[in-house]
Amino acid sequence: MEELDGDPAVTLIPGVNSKKKQMCFDWGPGEMLVCETSFNKKEKSKLVPNCPFIFIIRKDEDVYSQILRKLFNESHGIFVGLQRIEEELTGKSRKAQLVRVSKNYRSVIRACMEEMHQVAIAAKDPASGRQFSSQVSILSAMELIWNLCEILFIEVAPAGPLLLHLLDWVRLHVCEVDSLSADVLGSENPSKHESFWNLVTILVLQGRLDEARQMLSKEADTSPTSAGMCRTLGDLMRTMPILSPGNTQTLTELELKWQHWHEECERHLQDGTFTSSPHLETLCKIMLGDEAALLEQKELLNNWYHFLVTRLLYSHPTVKPMDLHLYAQSSLDLFLGGESSPEPLDNILMAAFEFDIHQVIKECSIALSNWWFVAHLTDLLDHCKLLQSHNLYFGSNMREFLLLEYASGLFAHHSLWQLGVDYFDYCPELGRVSLELHIERIPLNTEQKALKVLRICEQRQMTEQVRSICKILAMKAVRNNRLGSALSWSIRAKDAAFATLVSDRFLMDYCDRGCFSDLDLIDNLGPAMMLSDRLTFLGKYREFHRLYGEKRFVDAASLLLSLMTSQIAPRSFWMTLLTDALPLLEQKQVIFSAEQTYELMRCLEDLTAGRPVRGEPDAQRLQDDDIETTKVEMLRLALARNLARAIIREGSLEGS
Amino acid sequence: MGEIYAKFVSQKISKTRWRPVPPGSLQTAETFATGSWDNEENYVSLWSIGDFGNLDSDGGFEGDHQLLCDIRHHGDVMDLQFFDQERIVAASSTGCVTIFLHHPNNQTLSVNQQWTTAHYHTGPGSPSYSSAPCTGIVCDNPEIVTVGEDGRINLFRADHKEAVRTINNADSSTLHAVTFLRTPEILTVNSIGQLKIWDFRQQGNEPSQILSLTGDRVPLHCVDRHPSQQHVVATGGQDGMLSIWDVRQGTMPVSLLKAHEAEMWEVHFHPSNPDHLFTCSEDGSLWHWDASTDVPEKSSLFHQGGRTSTFLSHSISNQANVQQSLISSWLSTDTTKDRIEITSLLPSRTLSVNSLDVLGPCLVCGTDAEAIYVTRQLFV
Repeated sequence: MEELDGDPAVTLIPGVNSKKKQMCFDWGPGEMLVCETSFNKKEKSKLVPNCPFIFIIRKDEDVYSQILRKLFNESHGIFVGLQRIEEELTGKSRKAQLVRVSKNYRSVIRACMEEMHQVAIAAKDPASGRQFSSQVSILSAMELIWNLCEILFIEVAPAGPLLLHLLDWVRLHVCEVDSLSADVLGSENPSKHESFWNLVTILVLQGRLDEARQMLSKEADTSPTSAGMCRTLGDLMRTMPILSPGNTQTLTELELKWQHWHEECERHLQDGTFTSSPHLETLCKIMLGDEAALLEQKELLNNWYHFLVTRLLYSHPTVKPMDLHLYAQSSLDLFLGGESSPEPLDNILMAAFEFDIHQVIKECSIALSNWWFVAHLTDLLDHCKLLQSHNLYFGSNMREFLLLEYASGLFAHHSLWQLGVDYFDYCPELGRVSLELHIERIPLNTEQKALKVLRICEQRQMTEQVRSICKILAMKAVRNNRLGSALSWSIRAKDAAFATLVSDRFLMDYCDRGCFSDLDLIDNLGPAMMLSDRLTFLGKYREFHRLYGEKRFVDAASLLLSLMTSQIAPRSFWMTLLTDALPLLEQKQVIFSAEQTYELMRCLEDLTAGRPVRGEPDAQRLQDDDIETTKVEMLRLALARNLARAIIREGSLEGS
Repeated sequence: MGEIYAKFVSQKISKTRWRPVPPGSLQTAETFATGSWDNEENYVSLWSIGDFGNLDSDGGFEGDHQLLCDIRHHGDVMDLQFFDQERIVAASSTGCVTIFLHHPNNQTLSVNQQWTTAHYHTGPGSPSYSSAPCTGIVCDNPEIVTVGEDGRINLFRADHKEAVRTINNADSSTLHAVTFLRTPEILTVNSIGQLKIWDFRQQGNEPSQILSLTGDRVPLHCVDRHPSQQHVVATGGQDGMLSIWDVRQGTMPVSLLKAHEAEMWEVHFHPSNPDHLFTCSEDGSLWHWDASTDVPEKSSLFHQGGRTSTFLSHSISNQANVQQSLISSWLSTDTTKDRIEITSLLPSRTLSVNSLDVLGPCLVCGTDAEAIYVTRQLFV
């Protein structure tokens, strides 16, 4: 076992005094049951009243957020799409596709974040407002990390474009500048606005030099004294060489031009061009990548990674991916200045700059309160073929492990379980068994839900689960006295034993009431009748009744006889069948032939001979036996009379 | 077809229904109701796709549907029907049937009428009372007919506290859906592939006619009647097959069309354009069946005939043509397969599409992936 990465968080359960009381617990798939025990070490005699509750403790509470549900549902579609693009694409188009998928994931996070933000603003009580706001910051951190991973691991931008991507990344996540800009430009005299210089500085820090120039021209218009300086600085901004996506110039050319430009800036500073305006001088220092000048703008930079990107922009614009971590580490150290220690988010970003994917995922798993992020990010990175070498000392590989955790969390949820199915499907090693274990535990309150679960199982040839679900439904139906339904379910499950049981219930009902229920089903059994002998008998016996009802006596008689001679009819039912033969024997015309009559007689004798001799008869049994004896007597008489008539008829027919 | 808008709503949608537009009015559908299922708390909700001036400026919100109001519903919403402009009838998995009333003034929903034990396995009086889910309802003001897993058929009137008529044990298996054939006849489908016609004028518990699929007893999940030709009925089954029936003749479907890969949950003829049919399925697809594609061709043939032939043959061809259009395009079996054009309406496959409804040029559907899709331009 590896050492722990952090102290496990303590969850306090309201109402339970764990100091005085022993607690017991039981694991569930995504949650835990906790209650107090009555066990007491010290004072065995004294009874302290127990806490009367059993608590359910949920590990992954984010699953229960209404807004995050949208994230789960929408990203499910993206996830399934990603698994399908697999393999068919290679090289460039594959990379483009993966970047597109990554952007889709991010836009879902963003949509969620925006909605959460709206709700946080609209929240009526401050507590829930705070809760939503903290969710917003978590989502925003997730998007920040994801975006960086996208640039470094999926896009794999080379030196040059790398910085452009990083600039976009910072601009996207430090977005207060837009509202500030609107505020300043909306005022009567922008250059006299109290935040004017802050705005210009931020624009320069983010490398938005065109906008910064426009601002400076406003300043130039209003104060003629500094107009010349503004123009000079504006020219420096305009001439800064940058790599544009469509440009064909090589990195060396760019570096050369940039060096020239840098020297020119340096010269202006040396010459004291801007000495009369401290604001402009600071801007020029920033554009020279002066670390001290940059660190003075800590407030405006917000965080160390903004500092890192600005620093790279103005001192190492062609930074190579390999060297990133050096600058990142020093930027973090400089920015924090030993005053505070890095937070989890800083560690995660640092790990990303170090290209240590596993560290990123590990830190995220610890820091974030749900599995959604790591599961989806890991899966995406796995599709970029970045994770193959890593195997865990438990279960299967990391991608699968995280997906299983996430999917199990979904299955613990009352209604998100359907999403979990697809995640299990794409876990080649343990997905199937996990699904089998989870799917059986879905409560089935309506047949419609049961049908949905059944469809999931049938599509995956999970025969064992199909049988068990059908059996549950059949049992339920029997308990509710819905024999037709019960029979349908056992036919669907191909469960012969249960079909026999239900058929017996039908026959019992018939014996009690003298008529069949649920004819619509029994008359339409078709080939399903062959499922069990008893079911065949039920169907055939009902057919006998139909033939009899249609007055097709000869057909009815031979069917009745064949039920007994072929041993389909259970012994216990023979007496009923023979009694059913009585009216046929008593018909005016002869229905049973002599041979058939002999068969019937043999059946009757078999039945009576096989009866065990009982000891000590009581009154009730005597009476029963009495009825039985009368029946047998009547049958014998009828059979004998029929035999006589049949012999005469057959003899005379043959004679004639 | 025009743009289709999706909105995730954080609840699995079991039913979607357009509010009917007042008869004779020219306005298009703009309000629909949804019911949710399998949540810890389920809701009946009303949504509007009408234009919200304040949101339009954003561009992104145009065509998006907004929640008007919702109300808690006990149990899964198994079926949902508009009774009239203001009232919605909901069927619950608890066996309860509820009429909700919409108050447009303050945008709220309230319970107007409730039959709590409409469907049950063991009677409400008994100590071992157990309810049964109500699976389907159909309304024809003032009557409401409900069916359930208990195989029971109830006939309610909105103004009566008790059921007007109950057929106990009407079916030995689960009844999945019900529709009116022609008053007072109804049509039910069950889980052993049978279609039964019931006449409320007849006493007793027997259907007046049983039609069934041959052999396999594939459960039927949905049924809809052709809006103008009342003998033409479409059903959808567990195997995703679409069956077209002519209830006047035979006990077997006129045509069986291979459709979805899993349960077909709903089938709807377009109410005013019945050559178009819509189906949705557990496999996550939503299909538009267009049987009218040959119409322009047919009429051009007719014109040609009219021009080139004598008056007599013209009138004959005319007659034949009239007759053919009288026979529903869904019943002419031989050529059906070639003439029906099928389009898939959803951009990508998702989880089960549980319900759909069409009205005029508008379509709404709801899925287990917790999304509601709306389009306002079906026939573009």
